[in-house]
Amino acid sequence: MIISEQTQAKEETRARAERDERPEPLVRPGETFRSVTDKIGGIVLAGRHPLGWWISFGIAFLLVMGLFYAIAVLLAIGVGIWGINIPVAWGFAITNFVWWIGIGHAGTLISAILLLLFQKWRNSINRLAEAMTLFAVACAAMFPLLHLGRPWAFFWLLPYPNGMELWPQFRSALVWDVFAVSTYFTVSVFFWYTGLVPDVATLRDRAKNRFSQVIFGIMALGWRGSANHWRNYESAYLLLAGLSTPLVLSVHSVVSFDFSTAIVPGWHSTIFPPYFVAGAVYSGFAMVLNIMIPLRKWYGLESVVTEKHLDNMGKVMLVTGLIVAYGYIFDMFTAWYSGDAAEQYSVVNRAIGPYAPVFWLLMLVNVVLPQSLWWPYVRKNPVPLFFAALSINLGMWLERFVIVVVSLHRDFVPSSWRMFIPTGWDWLTLFGSLGLFFALIFLFVRFLPMVSIFEVRELIAEEKEGAA
Amino acid sequence: MTAAAARRQSFAVVAEFGSAAELYHAAERVRDAGYRFWDVHSPFPIHGMNKAMGLGKSPLGYIIFCGGLTGFLTAVGLEFIPSSILYPLIVHGKPVDFFTVPAFFPIMFELTILFSAFTAFFGVFILNRLPRLHHPLFDYLPFRRVTNDAFFLVIESGDPKYSETGTRDFLQGLGSKEVKVIYAND
Repeated sequence: MIISEQTQAKEETRARAERDERPEPLVRPGETFRSVTDKIGGIVLAGRHPLGWWISFGIAFLLVMGLFYAIAVLLAIGVGIWGINIPVAWGFAITNFVWWIGIGHAGTLISAILLLLFQKWRNSINRLAEAMTLFAVACAAMFPLLHLGRPWAFFWLLPYPNGMELWPQFRSALVWDVFAVSTYFTVSVFFWYTGLVPDVATLRDRAKNRFSQVIFGIMALGWRGSANHWRNYESAYLLLAGLSTPLVLSVHSVVSFDFSTAIVPGWHSTIFPPYFVAGAVYSGFAMVLNIMIPLRKWYGLESVVTEKHLDNMGKVMLVTGLIVAYGYIFDMFTAWYSGDAAEQYSVVNRAIGPYAPVFWLLMLVNVVLPQSLWWPYVRKNPVPLFFAALSINLGMWLERFVIVVVSLHRDFVPSSWRMFIPTGWDWLTLFGSLGLFFALIFLFVRFLPMVSIFEVRELIAEEKEGAA
Repeated sequence: MTAAAARRQSFAVVAEFGSAAELYHAAERVRDAGYRFWDVHSPFPIHGMNKAMGLGKSPLGYIIFCGGLTGFLTAVGLEFIPSSILYPLIVHGKPVDFFTVPAFFPIMFELTILFSAFTAFFGVFILNRLPRLHHPLFDYLPFRRVTNDAFFLVIESGDPKYSETGTRDFLQGLGSKEVKVIYAND
């Protein structure tokens, strides 16, 4: 009995070792340097786009027009057009800000942290994820500025010499936020552009018309793929990744400080930084999938973004989702354990108060439904995975809403309790920001290579070596 | 070779190789032959090429460290000089003392990262002598495939050991697919 068990264990180890020796390919066999160049570069250079692209871009563009309209009215009349009031002064604007910036985090996680961890599978998805980061951070940064009341005075947030005797309070979490978000955006732009240069050089060398040659030529900065260039380039890329890694963790931690340094019940909690970062990665991966799944279908990129990629991303969502669920439970436990009446009431109020349906929907779409990711079937099939990701994106937005609005609307003094009811302008701004995000993504796909070509070539070179 | 071309000085000898591995071995031979002004060009970074070419580590890390240090010191100055030294005012009920120092850390951290990233981004292009919008190699049309699937080794005419025929024969002996002498276009 024991012996047979041992043999069985040995068999299993050997089988596993054999499987590990031949890992699932990250690029489907049959792809060569030239075929990936043609395939990915061709999307930009041929300029023929599937119907899905036109329809999606059209919808996104209409929403952008709606956003412009909402912003124009906001600037003309003021933040009173939104449903915000005292005590719920933050409303949708801050909910959207936190949600968007969280979405951006997956891009940096994929491109920087997975690079440092030698996760080669990131090479096919990092470019799109980085672009997503940029656009999500742009959407995010818009909201606190619009929420200022006088957005044209936004530069008062920065420390600069002026005659108004105005100087930021550096010990305030809101000033940390200004620095964190602007640093994050700048570093993301650098990281993204550095990664693009060799691929833009590919487009420069393959472009047929003069206009594209000149534009891509300027953007490629004269890249010649020399070993001397690559040497400095790889060093810069690695260091930028190393810098982005603590940065990305700091940004959502700082965002969570906006809440946790306040004394509002439901906010004043030490678990917020890690819980926010996990939630950021969770929603960010969901957004990458929501974009990548249709794009890979439309442009026939299944051979570079394989089932293995979908599977891995599904696993990351599952893990971060569990961390987020743990955060929910711990939040409740701390409230109970603190013995603080206001804190305890904030938890009860979430579950049975006037916003209870939002809370229970949050639990359904953010905790219950994502458990389907335990099944490999869901992780490896684009359609169920797409819907799981959609559910998570909705769930994370609801979570931000619960944290911002439900905590604020009933604080210590019952006489000041008030409901927050979003107006049409709130909704238009939210959906308008979604439109802006997707319009930018679709334009990016149209004008720049959405998959990092040179990094996929590296994968092919490695797989060839492995086969030889 | 036309008469006009013969009068011009050659810029370099360019040799094309069939794969990353062939390029790697050729680079080792060129290094051992003692050439100094030469380079290899490839569609992606080739693992171990620094060693094959006898290049050291990129100096970028040290430069970025200096950039990061500058960022850190900028933040320290920006925060403490006005808030603790020039105008030690109590605002938001936050006193000016030792115990509030940690509240200054997030901005120190962010500016350290910001300045490092600036240094990394501009440093890599300055070290690579980029942007440079034209280069004699771009006149050699097959070179356009270097951003697709071709591997090149270039020995420049500035090299002390360079001779048009000698270097060409040497590269041919390394198993190159095609060796070509190219001329600066001026």
